[in-house]
Amino acid sequence: MTELALRRTPVDRERLLRLVQEYGVYLGVAVLVLVNTVFTPHFVSGENFRTQAVQVAPVLIVALGMALAIGSEGVDLSVGSVMALSTSLISLYLGYGPWLAIIVAVLGGMAVGLANGSLIAFIGVQPIVATLALMVAGRGLALVLLPQLKDVRDPGMATLGSGDLLGIPHLVLIAAALALAVAFTVRRTTFGRQLLAIGDSRPAAQLAGLPVRRVLILVYVVSGALAAIAGVLATARLSASDPTSLGTLMELSAITAVVVGGTPLSGGRVRIGGTVAGAVLIQLLTATLIKHDLPPSWTQIAQAVVIVAAVCAARERGKR
Amino acid sequence: MTDTDSPVRATDTARTAEEEPLGASRAERLSALGQQHGALVALIVMVLVASLTFDSFLTGDNLENMAVSSAFLAVVALGMTFVIVTGGIDLSVGSLFALGGVLAAWGSRYGTLVALLLPLAVCGLIGLVNGLLIARARLAPFIVTLAAMLLARGILLSVTDEGSTTYLVDEKSFFAHLGQDKLLGIGVPVWITAALFVLGAVVLRRSRFGQYVYAVGGNEDAAALMGAPVARTKITVYTVSGLCAGLAGALNAAWLVSGVTILGNGMELEAISAVVIGGTLLTGGFGFISGSLVGVLLLKVIQNVINQIGSLDSAYQQVVSGAFLAVVVVAQTWLGRRRRAP
Repeated sequence: MTELALRRTPVDRERLLRLVQEYGVYLGVAVLVLVNTVFTPHFVSGENFRTQAVQVAPVLIVALGMALAIGSEGVDLSVGSVMALSTSLISLYLGYGPWLAIIVAVLGGMAVGLANGSLIAFIGVQPIVATLALMVAGRGLALVLLPQLKDVRDPGMATLGSGDLLGIPHLVLIAAALALAVAFTVRRTTFGRQLLAIGDSRPAAQLAGLPVRRVLILVYVVSGALAAIAGVLATARLSASDPTSLGTLMELSAITAVVVGGTPLSGGRVRIGGTVAGAVLIQLLTATLIKHDLPPSWTQIAQAVVIVAAVCAARERGKR
Repeated sequence: MTDTDSPVRATDTARTAEEEPLGASRAERLSALGQQHGALVALIVMVLVASLTFDSFLTGDNLENMAVSSAFLAVVALGMTFVIVTGGIDLSVGSLFALGGVLAAWGSRYGTLVALLLPLAVCGLIGLVNGLLIARARLAPFIVTLAAMLLARGILLSVTDEGSTTYLVDEKSFFAHLGQDKLLGIGVPVWITAALFVLGAVVLRRSRFGQYVYAVGGNEDAAALMGAPVARTKITVYTVSGLCAGLAGALNAAWLVSGVTILGNGMELEAISAVVIGGTLLTGGFGFISGSLVGVLLLKVIQNVINQIGSLDSAYQQVVSGAFLAVVVVAQTWLGRRRRAP
């Protein structure tokens, strides 16, 4: 009996450690919420929760597409530029009504995704390079279409950006719906299973007869579409199209959210719940530092530390 | 990625050699030539077209301007070449370039030595940490240097009161002369860059360290089995890349006589583009220093031509550079595949 009990203790500790690593991101969010509840005045208020949730929505939507790309052992650096392209297209087509403008913007994002996916799937260019090329070209294209900031005055867009349903902002509802849809896709659909198989081992997936090219192209088209939707929502919230600065460094925030959320960079696994928590964690971290009058530069340094810490933790997990 | 790639590539080459020795070697030689000198041919064509189209292209002022503005990117691309040949990537160079410039401008009040050593020390240290995390902790280069990019930008912002303070370099100081003086009609930064490229080429081609860099990029496991110091080689290349970015930033500050905080955004992409256009493979194990120089010049000539057209703004510059990068990478991938399996 004693021997058994002795043997069990280290196993339990190991399991505990694994649990902490697995759910560390949720723990991080919980700690930040607790710290803020105690130390930040006016943190616990409907108004503040609303603000935080609205701010996290676009990042989260982009991160969902990024999670799919990373799950397929790729990455999508063009997401920030796709947001800029989408905001330019909105301004150009708003004359034909908000719905058409939104459709054109999303189609634009999907076109960029198609270009990314074709380079990666058919020609075998590394994802980081293919999406890098589209990142440079996409931002340029956005600026060619709309050279400077332009106000967006449209009642439909205004409702989208600042309206709510039963007290929950539209932006948050859309982000939540998309997160559920992507989580369902990853867990329950053939496409999701094929994506994970390809991310796990592309040669093996190829040998097993999976439609590797089609799946990869679809991954980047979906990522482009999601980034474009994020661009639409950001435009609606700001009531302005700013192709120069909209979405800059968005690829970094999205990758951070995905990686911090426990999706390994080596592919084969996608954690949507973790990605949501990762996006919330980064948002809370930024908000906490700003609320306590720490300069914005500190958020960048903090984000850098969080990324490295998360990747280190993920590495330990992978070793076991 | 390299790990899974290399065994496949090795067997492919073996099969090629066995089955089609004659035809394959000829196609191989042609595509190798294309890969090595494609950028140079494109550069010559661009220069010819530009000088025939614009009278202002071949003027001394324009050439001098292009040379000096190429010099800073070239120094960054030099360090990046070493990193990419090992199969890695360094996304922090743009931030390190900006940080180096600000530190140099701030340090210049304490003399030229401080102005040069401070950015080298700080950027070299960040590069060293990158290398340690990548080689010892075995984290992905892409994510580590991404974090370093944020870190360096954060340090830069806190040094400059959130970007509101610009440090100026005394125009009469020796440090400012280093950036602005000319030797035989050519700017000092250009001479320094040229010297560094010669040094870099000799190190990569002729030194034992250079052999290790190729070996690590070709097949890390094989390199380790052969007794190459894999970890030390990786740590060194990231440190060199950080040093190069810091030095380029310092030289740029001396040229502009101030440490401009908004510089360096997207520079990592320009540097990676230049290296890739120059024929270095992103999968590692293959590449050369002179190609990166040609890549930088090609990018700068394209930018210059777009500026000359005038009515086209910098937005088109980005479209063209992005499209150009895509075309080059596609061509490279095709040529590379041809070389491996006919």
